[in-house]
Amino acid sequence: MRHTLSLLVENKPGVLARIAGLFSARGYNIASLAVSETLDPSISYMTMVVEAEDERVLEQIKKQLNRLIDVVTVTDFTKKEHIDRELILVKVFCSQKDITKLEALLKKYVAKIIYHKIDIAIIEAVDEQEKIKQLIEALKPFGIKELVRTGRIAVAY
Amino acid sequence: MNMTGAEILIECLKREGVQVMFGYPGGAVLPIFDKLYDADIRFILTRHEQAAAHAADGYARATGKVGVCIATSGPGATNLTTGIANAYMDSIPIVAITGQVKTFLIGNDAFQEADVTGITRPITKHNYLVKRTEDLARIIREAFHIASTGRPGPVLIDIPVDVQQKDVEFIWPEEIKIRGYNPTYFGHPGQIKKAAKFISQAKKPIIYAGGGIITSGAQRELKELAEKIQAPVVLTLMGLGGFPSSHPLSLGMLGMHGTVYANLAIQNADLIITCGARFDDRVTGRLDAFAPYAKIIHIDIDPASISKNVKVDVPIVGDAKNVLGQLLEEINKVPDTSDWLKLIEGWKKKYPLMYEVKGKIKPQYVIEQIYQVTNGEAIICTEVGQNQMWAAQWYKYNYPRSFISSGGLGTMGFGFPAAMGAKVGQPEKIVFDIAGDGSIQMNIQELATCVCNKINVKVAILNNGYLGMVRQWQELFYKKRYSHTCLYNPDFVKLAQAYGAEGIRVTKKEEVRPAIEKALEIDNAVFIDFHIEPEENVYPMVPAGEAIDRMIGGMA
Repeated sequence: MRHTLSLLVENKPGVLARIAGLFSARGYNIASLAVSETLDPSISYMTMVVEAEDERVLEQIKKQLNRLIDVVTVTDFTKKEHIDRELILVKVFCSQKDITKLEALLKKYVAKIIYHKIDIAIIEAVDEQEKIKQLIEALKPFGIKELVRTGRIAVAY
Repeated sequence: MNMTGAEILIECLKREGVQVMFGYPGGAVLPIFDKLYDADIRFILTRHEQAAAHAADGYARATGKVGVCIATSGPGATNLTTGIANAYMDSIPIVAITGQVKTFLIGNDAFQEADVTGITRPITKHNYLVKRTEDLARIIREAFHIASTGRPGPVLIDIPVDVQQKDVEFIWPEEIKIRGYNPTYFGHPGQIKKAAKFISQAKKPIIYAGGGIITSGAQRELKELAEKIQAPVVLTLMGLGGFPSSHPLSLGMLGMHGTVYANLAIQNADLIITCGARFDDRVTGRLDAFAPYAKIIHIDIDPASISKNVKVDVPIVGDAKNVLGQLLEEINKVPDTSDWLKLIEGWKKKYPLMYEVKGKIKPQYVIEQIYQVTNGEAIICTEVGQNQMWAAQWYKYNYPRSFISSGGLGTMGFGFPAAMGAKVGQPEKIVFDIAGDGSIQMNIQELATCVCNKINVKVAILNNGYLGMVRQWQELFYKKRYSHTCLYNPDFVKLAQAYGAEGIRVTKKEEVRPAIEKALEIDNAVFIDFHIEPEENVYPMVPAGEAIDRMIGGMA
């Protein structure tokens, strides 16, 4: 099962390596990871989606993260009300005659066309994971040339 | 006042109370060694950096203080890594200082460059690459604080040459603030209550204690608890000395080479009170068959140790000494364990630790004699393998910090340099290294260190001409195919003499005790080369992957 964790960490060289090393040393996988500075430039905010087969593994991941000196706090969103979002950029094949079809489709999502030339369109979308998944499925018939995603970011209520 | 980085380092070490360092010089630590030349810190030059790390580790284990070692960049630092990993696995506080190439050369594959913070990241509690001399004093303070508090462990500080050379104003940081590091020292009152209730309702309680007792200095509280609730005590290898072996409630060591009665007791218990131990695989054997009837209380300062291997009913995060104190206050109804103790007494009589007295010198006999001659007052260090298990089984440890052994990592070559460190830290004590003929050759060059620095350690080599523990496994599980475990050895007596130490060879049983007595009279490092029964095995033994009450040897 996938779990979303958020971490406040020291904004120093080597911190990401410590966290990545903790996962690789134990054979855990990181599904996605988003890192950025906070308002306090000495602290970074990380949102990570991790795979844990059971509660025990998830507990170990959280405890091991907490053990790192450079990790200030760990928050588990699994049982916490929160909002999460992901931003994606999708490059699809889209000729001039199909553009209205594409525009109609995107109305159902928080998405827009940010580039269109000859037969290529680039779409930007921001939404929760389920919606993003649906959108990607809906875009497949056009032919997806490239898909880039930021990974999930989350904030608690 | 302005000082160079090297001067700041020495000043900070002194302020941290460092009296002795172990190490080896080299190009990237020359500015530091120049300051060490007339510093008020005893410096022990080892003959290999690995030995410096082990000696710092042994010093820390014998004294409870932080051990300090130093090496140059590149190979100097990589040679330290085994010692650092060893300290990490056993939660021993050491600070390792390494030189690094100049900051502008880092990442350039410069001469003697290695990514030391990268290499040591998974084997240190924390590490630092110092990029500005201005940060050095703060980092040293943090390093000592992190190494010695919470669950202790090694901290490495990597200092580039130009950082050592640069002149800056020295400011001693009075306060240490690390926002991501706040160990919990006292147990949660709710959990303490719950634990006390479990204890009062138990019929077959047992205390399972480990190295955390020694680290925390909780031996008095542990003894009080055991006596108050009349529960037997089993110890891990790391916990030996944490509860007196001579105490009637002591069942000795549990696990793979534990006593039969310790393992039977834990398997039949209805409540396990775990304190400062971590359910290592050498202790639990087959996990799903471990202590099937028991509820588990787990006291540990490291939350990540709790419910890692076994599911725990009452987790208590905190320092062993404090939590046991809290528990003692909370428990007002004590269980009646007289039937339980009677049952265990029966096992003790039926399955005592034993060995067959025939043939050549028995290693168990050698250890017993060392125990008698030293009156149980020595510090015993060990290498790894059969020598280690015999030393754990046959010497009776009644004091904390009297048994020093590589538990988690199982590092051959640890015992001799660790014994040097222990002797430097506790010069009044007799310090023995119980070694095998294999292990001793992994850091044998330290004879020179002992002789030069008058570090008067005694090494009992249990010489069976084999890598004994591996041979034992080959005998039992690989049809006696002794693949590369038979050793050709040097003449250990002549070798010791060549270094300026003393050597005694012992080939007959009646020579064992006089040789030990003679070694103690000699004011020098001594190798005693005991030619023991070559194919003697360590029993009892739980085969890997079996339940711990399925022991071979000792139950027949």
